[in-house]
Amino acid sequence: MSEFNLRPDLAVIAEHVASGTRVLDIGCGDGALMAELEAKRQVDARGMELNPAKVERCVARGLSVVQGDANTDLVDYPDKAFDYTILSQTLQTATRPDRMLDELLRVGRQAFVSFPNFAHWRTRTALMFGGRMPVTRALPVSWYETDNIHHVTVEDFTDLAGSKGATIEQCWFFASEKQIGAPAVNWRAEFAVFQLSR
Amino acid sequence: MSKNALRYDLVDDLPLDCGQALGGAQIAYETYGDLNADKSNAVLICHALTGDQYVASAHPITGKPGWWERMVGPGKPIDTDRFHVICANVIGSCMGSTGPASHAPDGQPYAMRFPVITIRDMVRGLVALLDGLGIEQLHTVVGGSMGGMQALSLAANWPERAARVLVIASTARHSAQNIAFHEVGRQAIMADPAWADGDYYATDASPDNGLAVARMAAHITYLSEEGLTEKFGRRLQDRTSKSFGFDADFQVESYLRYQGSGFTQRFDANSYLYITRAMDYFDLAEEHGGKLANAFAGTDARFCLVSFDTDWLYPTAESRHIVHALNAAGAKVSFVELSAPNGHDSFLLEHQQLDRVVQGFLE
Repeated sequence: MSEFNLRPDLAVIAEHVASGTRVLDIGCGDGALMAELEAKRQVDARGMELNPAKVERCVARGLSVVQGDANTDLVDYPDKAFDYTILSQTLQTATRPDRMLDELLRVGRQAFVSFPNFAHWRTRTALMFGGRMPVTRALPVSWYETDNIHHVTVEDFTDLAGSKGATIEQCWFFASEKQIGAPAVNWRAEFAVFQLSR
Repeated sequence: MSKNALRYDLVDDLPLDCGQALGGAQIAYETYGDLNADKSNAVLICHALTGDQYVASAHPITGKPGWWERMVGPGKPIDTDRFHVICANVIGSCMGSTGPASHAPDGQPYAMRFPVITIRDMVRGLVALLDGLGIEQLHTVVGGSMGGMQALSLAANWPERAARVLVIASTARHSAQNIAFHEVGRQAIMADPAWADGDYYATDASPDNGLAVARMAAHITYLSEEGLTEKFGRRLQDRTSKSFGFDADFQVESYLRYQGSGFTQRFDANSYLYITRAMDYFDLAEEHGGKLANAFAGTDARFCLVSFDTDWLYPTAESRHIVHALNAAGAKVSFVELSAPNGHDSFLLEHQQLDRVVQGFLE
């Protein structure tokens, strides 16, 4: 059991954030990860969130969160302003995931990125045998209303990181809310978390 | 509890950005709620251009409720059961603090002999008041519009004096458009024969017509087109057809005239000249080597900025500009753009999201 009361991908990120560091959580939602990190790791956490109602909830719980669009507003941050940048379940919604990854690695010394793996066997079989865009546990929204405009697989992301000159420090994979081992992860993982540096 | 009609006499001459010093200056202020033993619960509220210290108590001239009573009071977002709220009239104004209508050492009103002041000068006066009250660090400094400029100036120039800085519908610099609207107002006042080069205090006349026009022009900038359309549209005032004359045919004309004339009952025309000038001169980056981030270098304060999507006087881009600088300075900053139909004035009106942000930020 994690010491963090968080979604599994966020918990694994939280566990690997060193104490007393500076963290930027991009797409921080209602600030659950930031609050846990401030309470249990004494980090100096900042957030960015597009939805004003969620920003309001963050401010109300004492977090420093700026309403902004990760596609355009990361340029406002200086180089290496943070020890870690965190992008959870947001990369696949980016206008240009490659550019966003560049910005994550520019603003942070290290970057955590989590995303749903489109090559999970459920997705593959749904497409192969159903012949329609998959609607699965990990990707529950129909193609026409999903925010996920750039579906990505573990292999795709590994390639992108390599082409950006990023080093994969660590990676973790999840299925059914549980961490799984490395064999055949591109088939087995519903979600992936990467820790990168450059 | 509320303490009314307080006056603080500045011990020292107040040095001003123009190079002069203001001797014998007085600050008029109100307080609400009790100061705790270690003086850690003080909240300074900075007022806007035509605001005053009556933030949560009745205005002595108009009898109207305080200008932010919906925000400040027992159980309100700025809770006077918890916080000791201080609101002071800025120097240059006309509600008790030293301004152009005050008497100079020669016993005559300063009028246009009053030195041109800046936002930072106003804040110097407020800091002198805090010194006098023995308050080393504010729990929070809060301001909307020109009040936000003062909050930013305090944070930049006296960074140790406030732990939290809440800036609503404001800007770090006056734009050309901002200056242009103010110049219209000033010219309206100065074109009024009763202005008499500012020496009208001893006469029966005062430049009410000019001041009213200045207020009318400014008032338009406080509202949104959407808000004006919704409130007035093209509806006629107390008539069924156009008069083919120049009476206030339209409701919006009647409203503006009412706003203009009402304003002259409570505000001094020369104060309007001086305060608008101070706002036009405001450029926080310019004071700090041309880089706004420098203004906040090394600050430990937490900042929160709020803008409104229909505010075209100090639009969201101005708040984002400040947020950008605070990020570059590594400061703890929150920012949210709230949706509201009423333009710049939204910060004074009912807005539950604003209430929650203010209350949450002060926690």
